[in-house]
Amino acid sequence: MSAKRRADEVRAGWAMSAPALAAILLFFVAPALASLFLSFTDFDIYALADISNLRFVGFENYARLIENPLFWKAMSNSVLFVAIGTPLVVALSLCAAMLVHSRWLSWRPLWRVALFAPYVTTLVATAVVWRYLLNTRYGLVNYLLSLFGAGPIDWLGSPTASLPAILIFVAWKTFGYNMIIFLAALQTVPRELEEAARIDGAGRLARLRHVTLPAIAPTVLLVSVLTVAAMFQLFTEPYVMTEGGPAQSTVTVLYFMYEEGFKWWNLGSGAAVAVLLFLCILGVTLVQLRLARRGGAI
Amino acid sequence: MGNEAAALPTLIGEMERVPDAPRITVQPLPWSAAHQKLLTGFAGGSLPAIGQVGNSWIAEMAAIGAIAPVPRAVHNLLADQFDAVVETNRIGGRVWAVPWYVDTRLQYYRTDIFARAGHAAPPLQWSAWKRALHDVKRVAGDGNYALFLPLNEFEQLLTIALSAGARLLRDEDGRGAFSETEFLEALAFYKSLFDEGLAPPVSATQVANIWNEFARGWFATFTSGPWTIGDLKSRLPAAAQDSWATAPNPGPRGIGSAAPGGSSLVVFADHRANPHAWDFIARLLAPQAQMRFHDLTGDLPARRSAWRRAGLAADPIVAPFATQLEHARALPKVPEWERIVSEMQIVAERMVRGQFTVEQAAREIDVRADRLLEKRRWMLDKGRAL
Repeated sequence: MSAKRRADEVRAGWAMSAPALAAILLFFVAPALASLFLSFTDFDIYALADISNLRFVGFENYARLIENPLFWKAMSNSVLFVAIGTPLVVALSLCAAMLVHSRWLSWRPLWRVALFAPYVTTLVATAVVWRYLLNTRYGLVNYLLSLFGAGPIDWLGSPTASLPAILIFVAWKTFGYNMIIFLAALQTVPRELEEAARIDGAGRLARLRHVTLPAIAPTVLLVSVLTVAAMFQLFTEPYVMTEGGPAQSTVTVLYFMYEEGFKWWNLGSGAAVAVLLFLCILGVTLVQLRLARRGGAI
Repeated sequence: MGNEAAALPTLIGEMERVPDAPRITVQPLPWSAAHQKLLTGFAGGSLPAIGQVGNSWIAEMAAIGAIAPVPRAVHNLLADQFDAVVETNRIGGRVWAVPWYVDTRLQYYRTDIFARAGHAAPPLQWSAWKRALHDVKRVAGDGNYALFLPLNEFEQLLTIALSAGARLLRDEDGRGAFSETEFLEALAFYKSLFDEGLAPPVSATQVANIWNEFARGWFATFTSGPWTIGDLKSRLPAAAQDSWATAPNPGPRGIGSAAPGGSSLVVFADHRANPHAWDFIARLLAPQAQMRFHDLTGDLPARRSAWRRAGLAADPIVAPFATQLEHARALPKVPEWERIVSEMQIVAERMVRGQFTVEQAAREIDVRADRLLEKRRWMLDKGRAL
């Protein structure tokens, strides 16, 4: 290949990717840098009225966050969501994917649509329906519990039950998307491997453990990284269902950031929360990648 | 916003149309999102000509330059209003908004339980009031209380503090004044109501239905605003309708105080030159329109002339609100105020739960308030604060 052809190709490559790169720069890198910058200022309503009221405060926003108990409450709520929600969603979507992948199931397309439907319906509309389902006195969930003799639970009103209630809703809402990813991965697992294992006398669990899971390990990693990021960024669900209550038991980091930024209009402090949240997600993802590399998944 | 937004189109539809006046479109906002929408509207430069603004937000709106001061020509609209309410809207020597409807908080009580305890009405002086509550608690039955003070709401403690005469902020509202004797007295009184078993240490979210509990007699008195009149009329069983009434708040030396509430009408700064805007506000405040507005919403009119015409002063349930409004005192007018009282209540709740003594709690509130007001002090130093 001549030098000129190569230069042409490079130029064509840049030209092709330029629109996407420009969009990323304009809509992702620039705002991210701006909010990093914002997190070192005390941007508030005074600065909104007149930009000369803006001051640089260095790391003061961060220092104040670290001594703010509500920030730690939000952090621990978010960590709970991640710690319980991620395995729950991954397990649920893997089960659903195996169900719709299985050959004995009739009406498979219908099942796929039904299980995928929650993901594509509007979040606010489903949240309203779930508020009825979770209603203490006439909700379906408590009715089903009462059939087993379990007492009524004040799902959205009690500080201990509200977090599980939101988790159930989030899991129901998001598992469909991950199910599709898992389904795509399951379809690439050669049937011959499984049949060979069966002929060798492996039971269903042994086949899952030694054939299917190793084959889809990269997908499990992908889904769990996506779910961790999504769980850290929970906002709409608690905003619509509980408004962070009762007793701030469902305030997530993102909800806290929203209140700092748009309720109290301390955009500097809100930006500092965003930066910390970014670091958290980055940290957890790096740990996951390292674990996966050690386990040989990628 | 809320109820008012629902009633306004009807009211406007009934009003006579002024020739060559522009068309009016009403955009309803829910109360829970209104504050953010107003600020976002200001940041985006998309505020309408006229707006309803909660009285406690006016300081903020004026500080950021979102609203225009009321011109001299329409100051007659403020003439027969309640002083404390107009005072709330006066910042830096200028009035920024015309009060539209008013409210304040006072005590609702069960007449039958107080009668059984030997009192026709709750006394209006703190020590006598507390003795009456002890009498009520004795006759109320096991597990019941005299008073409901939800630990997550700041309004009750604020009412007690205003009644004690606390000024709340000092140094041109640049620092907290929560360690001054008046506030300490109020805080100690608030704590004693829990310590002596008169009020249950619970927050409002733990009470599923406050009307039911009031009807059942779990508590015999609580503090709320005029919107509760309609709630009690529609939610209490018919048998209980004759057994509740309202009374002004008690204070350390006779009738107490309260914070003046309600909403005002403002003209946003970008539309300050629009003569139709002020003209429309004047028409909404005409006594006839105020009375019709009261019929539609139940809101208490801002002008005394409308009170007289509607016969509100003769209504035994509503009349105490007028008395209370005469004794109301304006709150500090700084944009940080809402956050300061939220912090005040967080500390007060911890105090009731035993984490702080009264003095420690007062100091802690001061520390938090001073931190929130740091920017304001800087603005004051630069001469930029209102």
